[in-house]
Amino acid sequence: MISLHALSFSYPGHRPIFDGFDWSVSPGEAWAILGPSGCGKSTLLYLLACVLSPTAGEILIEGQPITRPRPRTGLILQDYGLLPWATCAQNVSLGLRIHGFYGPDGKHAPADAARGQPGAIAARTDHWLHRLGLTHVRGQYPSQLSGGQRQRAAIARTLVLEPDVLLMDEPFAALDALTREDLERLTLELHAETGTTLIFVTHNIEEAVLLGQKILVLGPPPHRRPCVIENALAGGPLDGGAPEFQAQCRGLREMLGRHA
Amino acid sequence: MRKRDVLLAAGALLAAWEIAALLLRREILPPPTEVLAALGTELPRGLARHFAVSAWRVVASIGLAVALATPAGLVLGQSARADRLFSPAIYLLYPIPKIVFLPIVLLFLGIGDTSKVFIIFLILFFQVLVVVRDEASALRPELLLSVTSLGAGRRALFLFVYFPATIPAVLTAVRLSIGTAIAVLFFTESFATTAGLGYYVIVDTFSRLAYPEMYAGVLAMSLLGLGLYFIVDALERALCPYLFVR
Repeated sequence: MISLHALSFSYPGHRPIFDGFDWSVSPGEAWAILGPSGCGKSTLLYLLACVLSPTAGEILIEGQPITRPRPRTGLILQDYGLLPWATCAQNVSLGLRIHGFYGPDGKHAPADAARGQPGAIAARTDHWLHRLGLTHVRGQYPSQLSGGQRQRAAIARTLVLEPDVLLMDEPFAALDALTREDLERLTLELHAETGTTLIFVTHNIEEAVLLGQKILVLGPPPHRRPCVIENALAGGPLDGGAPEFQAQCRGLREMLGRHA
Repeated sequence: MRKRDVLLAAGALLAAWEIAALLLRREILPPPTEVLAALGTELPRGLARHFAVSAWRVVASIGLAVALATPAGLVLGQSARADRLFSPAIYLLYPIPKIVFLPIVLLFLGIGDTSKVFIIFLILFFQVLVVVRDEASALRPELLLSVTSLGAGRRALFLFVYFPATIPAVLTAVRLSIGTAIAVLFFTESFATTAGLGYYVIVDTFSRLAYPEMYAGVLAMSLLGLGLYFIVDALERALCPYLFVR
């Protein structure tokens, strides 16, 4: 699904963050990328989103080298990125309207995307508003929504486009603990329902253990080879208090501590 | 602000004026009752036409300034390279009081509507340009990034992000410019012309010492400014409902 070959990246005038890095992700997997601030985990996500370009090496998604943002890759940031002047429903339908604006050109919208009839856009928007529990606030503006509702709107806006890769950059870091757990569970459910490949960046060890079937641990840069932890506990019934869960977290914490 | 409060304030101002006129008892300060009566008789006798001419000039200038400065500001605001290229020129031109170009504009464009519209346009253009540019360049990169990730290229970003993002700023720039626009209009209409409220007040009534009529002209000019202000408010409510939610 996704493979990185000898990927190198550095910001101009800085030491390299990735230096000949190889990594691969199979379709439908849920990955967590875990590491402290400044380790380059968001940079990796932006490289996958093709917002940044590698200085050397290449990224293949479905066998195709990516040279521009892919229409089937969804990106969700901690900053919800909702349009303040658009209602919740208008924000959720934004991507569909953008695709309708360009037509199925394969560059901005998938080549097989149906031409957006207004009725079809409304039906798909309604479906995802309902799935994320936003129907009752569909006419409200982002300033009127809670943080959790805003992030739900951002998720709905991305999923309405049926992405096959979903990139999330610390999406719940600014939310309170209860909302955060709620949305972590929702992310697991949505991953199971849609079968999309999920790559979730976080600095929170518990969150990584809860969401990542595989966890890519990033210490201090530069990164040359991936350090991958298989995590059978992801999406399981265990809560954060279970001994196995805590043991896994402790292991990861020690591993990150060794790097530091 | 509630309508009732605005009407009350208007009533209070008229009352203060009436009292001042009663106390002063001089021909040069007629009471509002007399001025309103003069307004009633003067409107059909030419004042309405002067009002229409002035309103057309100021609305045309504002429309032209917004229509040209908004796209220019959007281009400068979203392209750092374009901004670097043009910002020194804008930096030099922005603070110049454009009104001093009036004699030059008159020489090139004559004394008709064109020169009046052009000089007001010139003043408003830079106001709107700078506001739109700053607003567009201040858009959060996260917002642009997430909309880009939905498939938006440059054209869709203009349509779905930059343009709606700058509407409130354009309306604010217009609102702040209305006063200047009408002041400049008043000045340009006060010589070498035969129509407009400036002509009516300065050239016609002031020189004939027809005080109630002159006051009626001043009142009409004030109402022109106020009316435009109300129109901008109504536009903001219609175009930017999100600014008015709790």
